[in-house]
Amino acid sequence: MSASAAPARRASPGDSAAAVVGIGAVVAFFLVVEFLVQFGLVNRFIVPPPSEVLGSFGRVIVEEDILNRFLLTATECLTAGVMLTVFGVAGGVLMHRFKLLQQACETWVAAMASAPIVLMYPLFLVIFGRNAWTIIMMGFFAALPPVILKTIEGIAGTRKVLVNVGRSFNLTPTQQFWKILFPAALPTIFVGVRLGLIFALINIVGVEFLINFGGLGQLINELAERYDLAGTYAAICFVILVSILFFMALEKAERWLRPVD
Amino acid sequence: MAETGRLTRTPVAAPLLSPVTLLRIAIILALLAVWEFLAHSGWLYRDVVPSLMSIGSALTELLMSADFYFHLSVTAGEIGTALAIGGALGLTVGIMLGANRFLSKAFESYLYYLGPTPKIIFFPIMIMWFGVGPESKIALGTFSCFFPVALNVAAGMRQIDKVLIRVGKSFRANSWQMVVKIYLPAMRHPIINGIRLGLGVALIGTLLAETKLSNKGIGFLIIQAYSIFDMPRMYAMLIVLFVLAIGANALVGRFGGLHDIKRL
Repeated sequence: MSASAAPARRASPGDSAAAVVGIGAVVAFFLVVEFLVQFGLVNRFIVPPPSEVLGSFGRVIVEEDILNRFLLTATECLTAGVMLTVFGVAGGVLMHRFKLLQQACETWVAAMASAPIVLMYPLFLVIFGRNAWTIIMMGFFAALPPVILKTIEGIAGTRKVLVNVGRSFNLTPTQQFWKILFPAALPTIFVGVRLGLIFALINIVGVEFLINFGGLGQLINELAERYDLAGTYAAICFVILVSILFFMALEKAERWLRPVD
Repeated sequence: MAETGRLTRTPVAAPLLSPVTLLRIAIILALLAVWEFLAHSGWLYRDVVPSLMSIGSALTELLMSADFYFHLSVTAGEIGTALAIGGALGLTVGIMLGANRFLSKAFESYLYYLGPTPKIIFFPIMIMWFGVGPESKIALGTFSCFFPVALNVAAGMRQIDKVLIRVGKSFRANSWQMVVKIYLPAMRHPIINGIRLGLGVALIGTLLAETKLSNKGIGFLIIQAYSIFDMPRMYAMLIVLFVLAIGANALVGRFGGLHDIKRL
């Protein structure tokens, strides 16, 4: 996404008014839907009334064991995240270290980033079976390219003066990497890891839904197959909430890592 | 007496293949050799890694079959429609948000945070609203591609040179003329970039929906090949799909002049 988080600043009265209008519009939208459904203008077997969806949150949380499902999805995401951080950063460092390799493979990695890797899930089902590893590996492969590309960008973007300081101290290549290049590239690497984790979450929940296995994605599929409309909408809202909170937490972490100008 | 002569530079013939090309060829050959070895090793279940010959013949068979082109046209039609609707909606919303600071502050954060959510989970809703036919796939593709286009256009609107806007206003251009003569030409790159991203997610959304519930389209063919365990055909379809997706992406970027932008 091109839009970047706005820098933290004091909210003006105009900002508060805009936020109120935004929230008001969302509330008004749900009230209109409620009205349309209650008065039979919209079929309640297609769009359940928002009040019913709100009421079914408790039922979905208690009866569908949502905490364990959330933990399962979170574990899959974490495993994919650790793997893509280790292999993605290592791959990026390796490609930066060997220029020929970078020149030969960087365009391939970039092409991989635009390829619909998630469509390989039937293949992964055959290779890994219908288990958590299929989901984890799907998340891992789909999210790998941004981590590799951002690692290369981060290391290549290290300021010359920092590299020269390292040289003047006669640092060995290993010391140069750990003391100069890696710390300088860390904010950019984290941008790649953040993008990778977002891609991983999207793919993991998506594959869970598609293969009807795992945590939150499977919950939506199950509720939809039972034709529990209110429950399906509530579960979708829950997944949206989780992904928004995940996204916001990563943004906060990225801001914390960003060097102060 | 030693003979002195002029030093002349012997012309060095440029190598036929650059080291980068040679390395690329070596990597590809190594990967193919490993693949072929795995296919014949017996270490994996039969056909999980089929031989290159069988993939090649499946690919030829696929490209020769009229049935494949029918399914390809269905998927292409769905993606094209999704991109047209989602792109137009995204463009309109993006221009509105980019042109009006108040609207941007009120609503853009919703788009920004909803953008990266997994869109395939909305498929049950799309089925309920639009049925099990191509409409639900188009709807999911539209929903997927709306967000990147809207966010890119809104960001692009804010980056338009203020001088251009003042020029438009000094000519007393009305809102429509401002959009057509000033905003759209000045935002060519963000729009194309948004469409490129939108195309990628629309393609994924549509094809995933086809794998979940459909009786036509490339997604349906892939899941059908999986269900009858016709692995060479599945690999062949994935190869074709990847080539088409990467090619379409590169084509949109090239036509939009994205390659002309200097990398900072």
